[in-house]
Amino acid sequence: MIKLTNIQKYYGSYHALRDVSCHIREGEFFSLLGPSGSGKTTLLRTIAGFEGIDSGDLMIGGQPMKGVPANKRPTNMVFQSYAIFPHMSVAQNVAYGLRAQRLSKAETASMVSEALAKVGLAGYGARAAHALSGGQRQRVALARALILKPKVLLLDEPMSALDRKLREEMQSELRHLQRNLGITFVLVTHDQEEALTMSDRVAVMFEGQIAQLDTPQALYKQPASKRVAEFFGAMNILRADIVDVKDGVATTRIEGLGTADLPMPRQADAGTAPPYCAGVRPELMTILDDGAQSYERETAATVTDVEYRGELTYYDVKFQGSDTPVVVSMRNTSNRTLKTVGQQVRIGWESASAVLLVDRS
Amino acid sequence: MSKRILTIFMIVFVLFLYAPTLLLPIFAFNDSSIIAFPLSGFTLDWFKSLAAAVELRKAAVTSLTIAVTSAVIATILALLATSATVRYRFPGKGAMIGTIMLPMFLPEIIIGVSLLTVVLLAGLELSIYTIIMGHVLICTPFCIAILRSSFQQLDPSLEEASLDLGESRLTTFRRVTLPLIMPGVISSLLIAFTISLDEFVIAFFLSGTKPTLPVYIWSQLRFPQRIPSVMALGTLLLLLSIILLTLSELLRRRSARRLGKDMAGGAW
Amino acid sequence: MSRRMPFDADTRRGLSQISLPFAFSILLLAAPLALLLAMSFWTQDFLTLDRTPTIANFVEVWNSPIYRTLMLRSLKISLIVTFLTVSLAYPAAYYMSFVAPDNRKALLVFLITIPFWTSYLMRIFLWKVILGYNGVLNESLMGIGLIREPLDFILYNQFAVALTLSHAWLPFAVLPIFVVMEKVNRSYLEAAQDLGDTPFQRFRRITLPLSMPGVVAATLIVFIPTIGDYVTPKLVGGSSGLMIANMIEVQFKNANNAPLGATLALMALLLVSSVAGLFVWINRRYLKEEGAA
Repeated sequence: MIKLTNIQKYYGSYHALRDVSCHIREGEFFSLLGPSGSGKTTLLRTIAGFEGIDSGDLMIGGQPMKGVPANKRPTNMVFQSYAIFPHMSVAQNVAYGLRAQRLSKAETASMVSEALAKVGLAGYGARAAHALSGGQRQRVALARALILKPKVLLLDEPMSALDRKLREEMQSELRHLQRNLGITFVLVTHDQEEALTMSDRVAVMFEGQIAQLDTPQALYKQPASKRVAEFFGAMNILRADIVDVKDGVATTRIEGLGTADLPMPRQADAGTAPPYCAGVRPELMTILDDGAQSYERETAATVTDVEYRGELTYYDVKFQGSDTPVVVSMRNTSNRTLKTVGQQVRIGWESASAVLLVDRS
Repeated sequence: MSKRILTIFMIVFVLFLYAPTLLLPIFAFNDSSIIAFPLSGFTLDWFKSLAAAVELRKAAVTSLTIAVTSAVIATILALLATSATVRYRFPGKGAMIGTIMLPMFLPEIIIGVSLLTVVLLAGLELSIYTIIMGHVLICTPFCIAILRSSFQQLDPSLEEASLDLGESRLTTFRRVTLPLIMPGVISSLLIAFTISLDEFVIAFFLSGTKPTLPVYIWSQLRFPQRIPSVMALGTLLLLLSIILLTLSELLRRRSARRLGKDMAGGAW
Repeated sequence: MSRRMPFDADTRRGLSQISLPFAFSILLLAAPLALLLAMSFWTQDFLTLDRTPTIANFVEVWNSPIYRTLMLRSLKISLIVTFLTVSLAYPAAYYMSFVAPDNRKALLVFLITIPFWTSYLMRIFLWKVILGYNGVLNESLMGIGLIREPLDFILYNQFAVALTLSHAWLPFAVLPIFVVMEKVNRSYLEAAQDLGDTPFQRFRRITLPLSMPGVVAATLIVFIPTIGDYVTPKLVGGSSGLMIANMIEVQFKNANNAPLGATLALMALLLVSSVAGLFVWINRRYLKEEGAA
């Protein structure tokens, strides 16, 4: 649906988008995720037509968008501030973009009430825009964009102004809306949880580049780099040396854990030698009780700190021969007693729970 | 303690500010051609004499023509300048807006004589057009100062939303921008109108055969017997400005209420 | 690879929008000022203008005591007026911003603004009515028996000019100070008090420095136009209260010596800009020292 090829964008000497290429498929829920200043909003505004590009190609629905202004593109946008026109009623807001279609009053009215019903605001048409709550504003913004039947709906951090409870509610509603309508949604967010729960695919952006584009599961389980890994939840980072690479699998010596065979990171050329490191998620390691379960790998360690958090307990441990503190999270059960600081323990893990990461800023 | 002193100070301050102005209506209705206390009686003669003054009426028409024209031109120029500076970055922006704002920081006499110099050297006739040019020059910075806050309060994504929903830049200006900055535009028109209507020095230097109202009043001040009529005229002008100001304040409050914004504190 | 077109769409839009007002300013402000400068190097030979460049006008202005006196008097009166208005306006603005209840602020601003909208000429003229020989003040003082003869020293002198100008420019000085004070974050004041400042210390260490930009704006707003004021000295100044603007007018109109008038105007402009520059510079230094202390 949207095809970006080698997009470059500068603000003066600031390189805002660095050679961005990706393909957003028809009907998918696509997220652009990154910290502020990563270029995600710039990329969205480029697609919408609010920002020009310095080089590269942008196609939407098979049509080149070069020279096509925002008002002529088959995209519509939900703005971060929602941009509800304050001098108009809800119905006037929703009908705003219909003017060019020269519909009769009755047609317009029925389309507006249909659109309002779709977002759960049936009967709100006569309300003044300024009398709306944050969640209602977002719904009006959605109705206003969707009434034009865009090929792509662009959402610029639409949830950032809502409180937590409302945000979760809107997330699931938005997901359902997208499934029902089958329209391509492109969401910009800095909230990794939001990106993971809502999207079919996520492009993680840092410094104007797409660092990794994948499904939420793959991003969490097989992050390509240390940066992406750390962006999604907690990740223990350990020094790693690649001893040998064969068929995309690297025999790696991991600090404190010993040697393991790990797949080369996705989107990294095998054989090139950027600094690598290994990552293990805290929940993928277990502190073994005496004489209990057997694991593929077991490593001795010392507990250096214990942090009880109700549902979970976080242990800081140190492997023998390593100074790096490693976090292990354990689910608390009724019969499990807490370890104490200084206690010698055995850590169980599997080589599949470790990932090889590119350590490049 | 200090609060009470400040309150008393403020009362005295406002009284001092208004005391001379209060004399206007008092002597406008006083039945004596000498402006002094004690008052001698009530009369409407001075107001009636205004109705008969042909020169005054001509001057008033001249002034209104100049004020309306200057207000419209200055507001349009200010809209362009403000829209450019608030939203876009371009080379030379600071220098350009600085030049446009400069008349605010120049004594009016400098502007008056420099325009007079041009007229003299070019051998042009002094006319209401030369005054309009001068007035547009001094009004534009004030209009920009007012419109700037209107533009800054305007969320830029509102205009983007309109573009995104299919409107062109021109129709976006008409459907979204203009309605939202309308209170500012009206304030701008009013303030430019008032400045132009009241302006004396530039008009004094640049007026030809058609005097403006202040220039006419100036010529009347030389004749003591005309002073009571001038007082009556001053009373009417005072009334006019209070009405205009009250109207603009009501308008501002209404639009603030309509937009659900609390903008208490600003009088413009 | 082309990094960036020299003018992107926004730059083009900005430039095209500002071009009209900017051209207007160049044509009607910058060009006339340049002509004024050229004019000051020319001389008037009765009815003809001699365009041979010479500094004769500047020499004359410099050497003749009358121009120097007028220039210095304008500066003196203007400085007195500026000082008076700003020091009276400051407590008024302080009251409006910090003492008055919030729901009364709009009304106060409205009250202060009305004089701004009334005829300047009338406001000045009313002082002539008040201070005149048969004026309101004299007649009233005689009426209550305080004086027997009208006081004749209160009109047609520099005192009358300074008083009248101060009154005329008071509202203009209040508003900029008020606007800046309104922007002072109230939690700074609470923090200062919380850290042990007495109300006076708090005022000196927080309110005063933070409201300084407003004071500078007020100073400039009053100083710049008053030094070139024409109406007030002409109406209430008499011969001892005339200022430089009156002389500029005489040169341009009655004396028919536009080049000399242009020279005087430029000298006045130079005076205004250098004193205004000095104000701004002093304020910068003051703020810097406050910050360092």
